Amino acid sequence: MTDIRDAWTTEVASWGGVARPRHLVLRPGTRAEARAIVADDSRLPLLAHGCGRSYGDVALNPEGRLVQMTGLDRFIAFDRDTGLLTCEAGVRLADILDAVCRPEPDGGGWFLPVSPGTRFVTVAGAIANDVHGKNHHGFGTFGRHVAAIELARSDGSVETITPESHPDLFAATIGGLGLTGLILSATIRLRRVAGTALEAEDIRFDDLDAFFALADGSEAWEYTAAWIDCLATGTATGRGIFSRARHAPGRAAVPPALRPRKAVPLTPPVSLVGGLSLKAFNALYWRKLGLRERVLKTGSYEPVFYPLDAIGSWNRLYGPKGFYQFQCVVPPGADGRAAIAEMLRVIAQSGQGSMLAVLKTFGDLPSPGLLSFPKPGITLALDFPNRGPETLALLARLEAVTIEAEGRIYPAKDSCMSAASFTRGYPAKADFQRWIDPAFSSAFARRVGLIGEGSRA
Amino acid sequence: MTKGYGDMRNGTMRIALFGANSGIAVATARAFAKTGARFVLVGRRAEPLEALAADLVVRGAKEAAVHVADLADLDALPTVAAGAWERLGGLDLALIAHGTLPDQTLLERDAVAARQAIEINFISPALLANALAPLFEGGRSGTIAVVSSVAGERGRRSNYVYGAAKGGLIRFLEGLRHRLAASGVQVLDIRPGFVSTAMTAHLKQGGPLWATPDRVADDIVRAVEKRRAVLHTPWFWAIIMAIVTALPRPIFHRTKF
Ligand SMILES: Cc1cc2nc3c(=O)[nH]c(=O)nc-3n(C[C@H](O)[C@H](O)[C@H](O)COP(=O)(O)OP(=O)(O)OC[C@H]3O[C@@H](n4cnc5c(N)ncnc54)[C@H](O)[C@@H]3O)c2cc1C
Repeated sequence: MTDIRDAWTTEVASWGGVARPRHLVLRPGTRAEARAIVADDSRLPLLAHGCGRSYGDVALNPEGRLVQMTGLDRFIAFDRDTGLLTCEAGVRLADILDAVCRPEPDGGGWFLPVSPGTRFVTVAGAIANDVHGKNHHGFGTFGRHVAAIELARSDGSVETITPESHPDLFAATIGGLGLTGLILSATIRLRRVAGTALEAEDIRFDDLDAFFALADGSEAWEYTAAWIDCLATGTATGRGIFSRARHAPGRAAVPPALRPRKAVPLTPPVSLVGGLSLKAFNALYWRKLGLRERVLKTGSYEPVFYPLDAIGSWNRLYGPKGFYQFQCVVPPGADGRAAIAEMLRVIAQSGQGSMLAVLKTFGDLPSPGLLSFPKPGITLALDFPNRGPETLALLARLEAVTIEAEGRIYPAKDSCMSAASFTRGYPAKADFQRWIDPAFSSAFARRVGLIGEGSRA
Repeated sequence: MTKGYGDMRNGTMRIALFGANSGIAVATARAFAKTGARFVLVGRRAEPLEALAADLVVRGAKEAAVHVADLADLDALPTVAAGAWERLGGLDLALIAHGTLPDQTLLERDAVAARQAIEINFISPALLANALAPLFEGGRSGTIAVVSSVAGERGRRSNYVYGAAKGGLIRFLEGLRHRLAASGVQVLDIRPGFVSTAMTAHLKQGGPLWATPDRVADDIVRAVEKRRAVLHTPWFWAIIMAIVTALPRPIFHRTKF
C-alpha cells in the first residue's frame, strides 16, 4: 500500500474545487482489500470516495483516511430477465450504460432507472447521496431502485442489507453520506424502456408562472427540468427554457463514449467564468432556440441528460479558487413559489450570476433514505464562481430564504450550510446518528454536527 | 479484413489472457467482451480471475473460463499454452500481459531478486509466446500480442534490469515475427509508457504522460485490427523514445531518468 509520507501529500479536491485538504488515500483493488481497510483499527477516521463529483465536502475527510473506491469496478451479475444488476461499489453509471444498457434490435433495452446530470458517478456515490434525476416525479430517487447493499462496518461485519433484512440500517445507508460504513457492492433494479433514444422538446418561457404552468402540464413527459436566465430582472425574472423528454419507442441510441472527446487540460490561473462571460453565456443560451418558441428533436440521450459530460474537467474553468454550487428544495404551493422568486431576485441583485441555474419540480414519491434530499416541491440549483466573502454572503442569504420556507439544502452540493440549517432541514438527523459507524467521518459531517468535533481523536 | 478482426466483429473471437488480472489485460478484455468474445483467463489466483470472468460475462462475453497457473513456473509453460489453446478449441488472440515492476535499487543488491525479475519479465513471456507459436502457425491465422515496455528501448540507470528484460523480449518478438510472417500470424509488440494500474500504484501518478488502461486497451484493439507489428501507446511515446534512443551518449549520461 501507499507510503504514508507520500500519501499525506495527496491533496484531494472537491468537485467545486474550493477545498483541497490532504488525506491518506487508500486504493483497494478488490472487495477483500476494502474489507481489510474497514476492519483495520486505525485511529484515523475513514471515508469512502467515489468519482468526487460532489461539489462540496461530503466526500472529503481532511487529515483522515480516504478510500478511493473506483478500483472496485467489476460487474458481478446481471439477470437479463429481471433487470437486477449486481456490481461493485466503484462501477460508474457510465459503465452500466456502456456495458449493459445497449439497445436491442427493437430499439428498446435495459436502462438506468434514475440518473443525475453526469454519468461519471459511482453506484455507491449515487446511493450515498440518494441522487435524483430529471424523472423524479415518476421514478423518485436512485435509492428506490436499490435492492441490496453489501456493507462493511468497522466492527468487522460484512452484511448484505435489504429493505426487508435490515430496514433501519438500509434507510440510514441510502442517502447516508458514506457515514454508515463502506459499501462494497450493490444490486440495483434496471428498468425496461421501449426505446433508448429520447424525444426531447425545448420550450421558451417568459417568467416563473409560465414555468409552473409548463411543469404542471408535462405529466406525460418522463424527464423534465428548466434552465433559468438568472441575470434577468424585473418582469423577466425567472424566464428560461423548459426541457422535457421521453423515451421514443422503437428508436435506439447507442451509449455515449466513455471518455469525453474534449477536455479542459489544466486549471487556468484565473477563473474564465466571470461577469462578462456569464452575461454572454446567459444571453446566448436564452437565444438557443432562435426565433422559435419550441423545438422538438429525437435522438441520443446524452445532450439531454449529460450536457456537461461532453467536456472533461469543465470544473477547471472556474480557476484555482473554484466555485460553489447551491441546491435547495422548497415545498410546493404559494410559499415555495414565492421563495424561489425571492432567491432569483436576490441573485440578480447580487450581480453574481450562475452559468447553470436549473429549476425542477420534485414529485411526491417518498425517498427511502433518512437523510435523502428530495421531497415534494421545487428545487433550484445554481453555481457561483468563488469570489470570497461576497459569494459566501449571497449563499447565506439563499440558505436563509430556503430554511424560512421550510426547505432544505442538498449535502452533495453544499459547502457552507450551518449546523442549525441542517438540523432544521433534516428532522431525521437524530435517528440517523444512531447508525453512524464510529470509524467514519467527513468534513461535512463535522461541519453540520452529525459528528461532534473531536468525538474521535 | 483479416480473419482475426472479422471474427471479432462476428463476436466469435477466442481470446486467451495470460496475466489476466493485470490492469492492461483487464481493460483490453473488457473492450473485446462487448463484441461477444470468448475468453480463457490465466493467472495465479482463482478468486480475482473468477471475479473478472463474471465481469466479462455481464459486459457481453459469450464465455469466460478460468485457468489457474503460475507463470513464473517456467517448466509448466508449454502445458499452460496448450491448455489455453484446447480450452476454446483454438485461439484467435493470445495476450501475454504478465510482469512485475521491480525496485531497481533492490535488484542491484539482491541477485536472486534480479534473476526473478528477468525470468518473469523476459523468459516467461518469451517461452510462452514460443509455445503458442506452433499452434497459431498450424492455424495460419491469429495474433500473439505481448506487453513489453518503452523501458526496453534504451538501458537507463533507473531501471536497467527491468529494461533489459523488456529489451530482450522486444528482440525475441522481432525474431518470432520474422519466423511467423510466412504463416500470416500477427506478432504484436505492445510498448506502453506510464499506465495507471495496480503495478504502478506506488509511483506518483498524474500528469500528461500517464495514461489510463482504457486508453491503452483501445490502442491495442485497434493495433490487432490493423495487424500492426509494434504499438507505442499512447502514441506520443513513439516520439519520446525516438528522441531518447537518438540522444548521444555524453548527453544521455548527464540525465538521471
Ligand atoms: C455535472 C454534475 C451534475 C450533477 N447532477 C446531479 C443531479 O442531477 N442530481 C443529483 O442528485 N446529483 C447530481 N450531481 C451530484 C452527484 O450525482 C453526486 O454528488 C454523486 O453522489 C457523486 O457520486 P461520486 O461517485 O462522485 O461520489 P463522491 O462525490 O466521491 O462521494 C459522494 C458520497 O458518497 C460516499 N461514497 C462513495 N463511495 C462510497 C462507498 N463505496 N461506500 C459508502 N459511501 C460511499 C462518499 O463518502 C460521499 O459521502 C451532479 C454532479 C455533477 C458534477
